[in-house]
Amino acid sequence: MTHYSAWALLRNALGGHKHWDRAWRDPEPRKSYDVIIIGGGGHGLATAYYLAKNHGIKNIAVLEKGYIGSGNAGRNTTIVRSNYMMQDNTAFYEHSMSLWRGMSQELNYNVMFSPRGYLYVTMSPSGHDAQIRRANIMRLNGIRADILSREDVMKEAPYLDFSDEARFPIYGAMLQPDAGTARHDAVVWAYARAANALGVDIIQNCEVRDFEWSGERITGVHTSRGTISAGKVGMAVAGNTSPLAQKAGLQLPIDSHVLQAYVTESIKPIVNHVVVWSASYFYFSQSDKGGLVFGGHIDRYNSYAQRGNLANVSEVSQALVSAMPSAARLRVLRHWGGIMDMTPDGSPIITKTQVDGLYLNTGWCYGGFKATPASGWCFAHTIANDAPHAYNAGFTLERFSQGRYIDEAGTGPYNHLQ
Amino acid sequence: MLRIACPYCGTRDHEEFSYFGDATQAYPDLGVENHDAWVSTVYTRPNPRGIHSEFWQHTLGCRRWLVVKRHTVTHDIESVVPAAQRSVA
Repeated sequence: MTHYSAWALLRNALGGHKHWDRAWRDPEPRKSYDVIIIGGGGHGLATAYYLAKNHGIKNIAVLEKGYIGSGNAGRNTTIVRSNYMMQDNTAFYEHSMSLWRGMSQELNYNVMFSPRGYLYVTMSPSGHDAQIRRANIMRLNGIRADILSREDVMKEAPYLDFSDEARFPIYGAMLQPDAGTARHDAVVWAYARAANALGVDIIQNCEVRDFEWSGERITGVHTSRGTISAGKVGMAVAGNTSPLAQKAGLQLPIDSHVLQAYVTESIKPIVNHVVVWSASYFYFSQSDKGGLVFGGHIDRYNSYAQRGNLANVSEVSQALVSAMPSAARLRVLRHWGGIMDMTPDGSPIITKTQVDGLYLNTGWCYGGFKATPASGWCFAHTIANDAPHAYNAGFTLERFSQGRYIDEAGTGPYNHLQ
Repeated sequence: MLRIACPYCGTRDHEEFSYFGDATQAYPDLGVENHDAWVSTVYTRPNPRGIHSEFWQHTLGCRRWLVVKRHTVTHDIESVVPAAQRSVA
């Protein structure tokens, strides 16, 4: 496999870019693997990569029903952050941040990680106090966080609405300076390529339809490309978790909801941070191509359709204009929907299940992208050792019956409110 | 936009309604102390890819609670009944 470098770029430029190797092989599925990961999204591919790299397991397949990058890996708003308060989340997401920082070098792929800062704009003294509390907890955990006054915000983001007519006057902000964005497609391609280089078979257009059993143990999967046996099976299928887990006899606390995201036509660089507009939970940033990338809440009713409704389009567009009036005449180029696996407490699940041979990675709500490296890292550890790492020890299925919620938002057991 | 046929107010945009999720779980009697029964009621979700039975409240209309049967891929609505008249699985 070609090592990507300035020299490789130059050599291939001189050859008219006709001789680049495939980024990853396109193998036929073998009869049997030590570990099968269902789901070729960022989390599944990262899991395969860390299984091979950290745990020395070589005989691995990742099964993807579509193509790499066709699911939520290509349907997010690319935000990377770790502004969490609950202990389990804080340690996990900060571990993720540390993996993001070295990702381009480690995977030999430019994922364009850009720690441009995450600016959470507050609208009221009480909202601001909540962010001060959050910032203090982050600092106690060694995560940088700054509290900004209205005047500070005006210097950082002068394009926001500071006028007297503002519907939601800006009070202040919390800034996580080390947070930012990364190029989502590059992340999933980078993990696919790096996993492939370690011998992982990435099998696309291979939909898992059911499980193969030997007594009480899962020993393989039935797919659209035949039956494949496996020592262990890991699921990382996001919004499709419930129907697949039900085939393994698991009833989960997951609801699937659609989350929409949007991108406008390109404009000159103006938005330097990821900005969160707390008046309506609305977030936006500017891509390197110049488009404003933005999103809001889920559509708030169960959905498996990868498209959303216009009520939400209207709501987030209004939020954009209330935050940044100069965006009013921008045209939206594209919008899309991805299916989120919502849990009752808003936190994920990375665990060995009660079914022998089956491991579960789900419940990312709408924060899965930033978790990609740590999710794969922890899921690989869990699969290889049959036990969680300290970073994901709290992300169990049993926490709901045990009352050990990791309820960052504190909204009660309502998946659609997380 | 979903259009929900409220039995009291007629067909309205879903923005008038509040969503409250799965409507298939039967609550145990209040005296029941079986932990698993309550865990199942509060947390287990069928989350089907297909017809989903779900609570909506007509918050900006008659404020009545309804149970809507809706397909989670096509969003076609099969039926809308007052919550008190629903049949629990």
